[in-house]
Amino acid sequence: MRIILRRLGLYALTAWVAVTVTFILPRLMPGNPIQTLIGKLTGNVTAGEIRAIRLSFGLNFHQGILGQYFTYLNQLIHGHFGVSITLGAPVSSVLRETVPWTIGLIGLSTIISFCVGTFAGAVLGWTRGSRFDSLIPTATFFQAIPYFFLATIMLLFFGLNLHWFPVLGAYSQNVTPGWDWGYISNVIRYGELPLISIVLSSIAGWMLGMRNMMITMIGEDFVLMAVAKGLPRRKVIMHAARNAVLPSIANLSLAIGLVVSGALLVELVFNYPGVGDLLLQAVFNEDYPLIQGIFLVITFTVLAANLIADVVYLALDPRTRTEAAV
Amino acid sequence: MKSLRLPKSPKVLLGLGILCFFIIMTVIGPWLAPYDPSSTQFAPLLTPSAHHWFGTTSLGQDIFSQLLVGARATMVVALLAGIVATMLSMTIGVAAGYLGGAADDGLTLLSNVFLAIPGLPLLIVIDSYLPVNSRSNTLVIGLIISLTGWAWGARVLRAQTMSLRNRDFVEAARIIGEKRRRIMFSEIAPNLLPVLASSLLFTVLYSIGAYVTLAYIGLTSTSTWNWGTMLYWAQANNAPLSNEWYWFVPPGICIALVGTGLALVNFGIDEFINPRLRAAGLTSRQRRELGLPRRARLGLTPVLRPTPRKPVVPARATLVTE
Repeated sequence: MRIILRRLGLYALTAWVAVTVTFILPRLMPGNPIQTLIGKLTGNVTAGEIRAIRLSFGLNFHQGILGQYFTYLNQLIHGHFGVSITLGAPVSSVLRETVPWTIGLIGLSTIISFCVGTFAGAVLGWTRGSRFDSLIPTATFFQAIPYFFLATIMLLFFGLNLHWFPVLGAYSQNVTPGWDWGYISNVIRYGELPLISIVLSSIAGWMLGMRNMMITMIGEDFVLMAVAKGLPRRKVIMHAARNAVLPSIANLSLAIGLVVSGALLVELVFNYPGVGDLLLQAVFNEDYPLIQGIFLVITFTVLAANLIADVVYLALDPRTRTEAAV
Repeated sequence: MKSLRLPKSPKVLLGLGILCFFIIMTVIGPWLAPYDPSSTQFAPLLTPSAHHWFGTTSLGQDIFSQLLVGARATMVVALLAGIVATMLSMTIGVAAGYLGGAADDGLTLLSNVFLAIPGLPLLIVIDSYLPVNSRSNTLVIGLIISLTGWAWGARVLRAQTMSLRNRDFVEAARIIGEKRRRIMFSEIAPNLLPVLASSLLFTVLYSIGAYVTLAYIGLTSTSTWNWGTMLYWAQANNAPLSNEWYWFVPPGICIALVGTGLALVNFGIDEFINPRLRAAGLTSRQRRELGLPRRARLGLTPVLRPTPRKPVVPARATLVTE
């Protein structure tokens, strides 16, 4: 329990750092981007809208820098991320529409890639030195390809030339969103190719890490003991794999950030209506309140995922419950 | 001091070969380029031919020249960011591991915070606030990338330093009254070389990905050529949707190859640090030549060392079981 509290403290601190960075950055940059932005807007928008935009940065003429900071924090705590300049809607309501898509796509593909990759790594480690080892350089190559590039190739090859998968968007124009099977199956069908490309890009890391741990684990006495007892091979492998998987799970919380970073761009390639696509539009339009809101939401989500991974790790490895490791 | 000797496996040699190829390309690429990469003198969207190896863009620019010229910016930023980030992680990791106590707590907390914040979104936020003229500055971009990429290395180096801290030679240096900074950087740091090299490769890999991604989004200057900008223009002109593969496939393959080269060399370093992995990586033919059973047996994966200076005997291995 104490460890969970410590991790919680760490993530709270990280969230605070992220929030503070978004507050300080625009004030630190040469040329004052916010003033430039507001200058560009003047004439096109009403005074009320400018006030709303100022507020989303915590800009207020009557307050000192510290007062502005606390106003900004207070707004964020109440879920006010400001107003998007290009969309004219509150950032929080824009995010409410896009975040579920991203969490669905990236969350599912991370889980699949972790499970399949770990399983493959266990087999590779067990059969070390066999012809399966030739998989390793191939896996390395896939790992080195940028996510968005692999996604582009998949889109071109399987989507547009072979027509195996429907692409572009999250569902067909012909179905109406709703909780019926027609819509849901359509969403699944459109999600397949983005999912496969994220899995292909991220699987090699899990596989190679698991293989190396497995090779170390096979040398341990308890594996030899299991064989000496005459357990069937499948059980022996499970025995070793259960112990080898622990470092992978401990690393899960670190890897989530990397996977999310890569996968955001896959959304762009497939025109998937998630946060990644939105972030890129926001960058293109210099929509600073939206960029900030998206950054904060991504960070908070990644931190929440980290916390879940930590809890799973503690549940699986009783030894860590007593150690005072952070 | 252990010197870093990479095992001569085909994987490592292949990796080194790939890296050498691209380093040469970085140095002489811009001189080799047959045309000016920005000049729009050719017909648009030519398919690959003897004159234009990779065809031309929709503006009539030679793609092969863009690839050669773009190598330099891409590799320089990646190397710069990788080196700066590794120096940061070495300083912070070694200091945290050696000093211990409150300094360790503070520095570990700092690197944990940086690890938990997703790097790319942070990079995008910082970069989108930069004035346009600094976005095209490779130095500025490289430094910002290194700022988001040092934390993992610091963590690994800290763990390694802690295991070295109580070794006899460090103890001896402490007893004869060496200064702390000298112990950290002259006694401990050289022994971290394999870990340091591996962390350098990883940060260069990360930096290349980060830089190309920023360029692909259009957050670096779109007029200086690197592999990411090539992909940006290809995407902006809908090259993937109109089947103009020769426009975006070459830069993507180059990025992937550099990454593969780095990772393959890293395998060599892994095998150097953990020799058991080396034995596991033998091909069945090498196994036969070493006189080992075809299938790996259960139990310890043996550490294999070819018998030294006996070239007459067809390289039989001595088994060292530890």
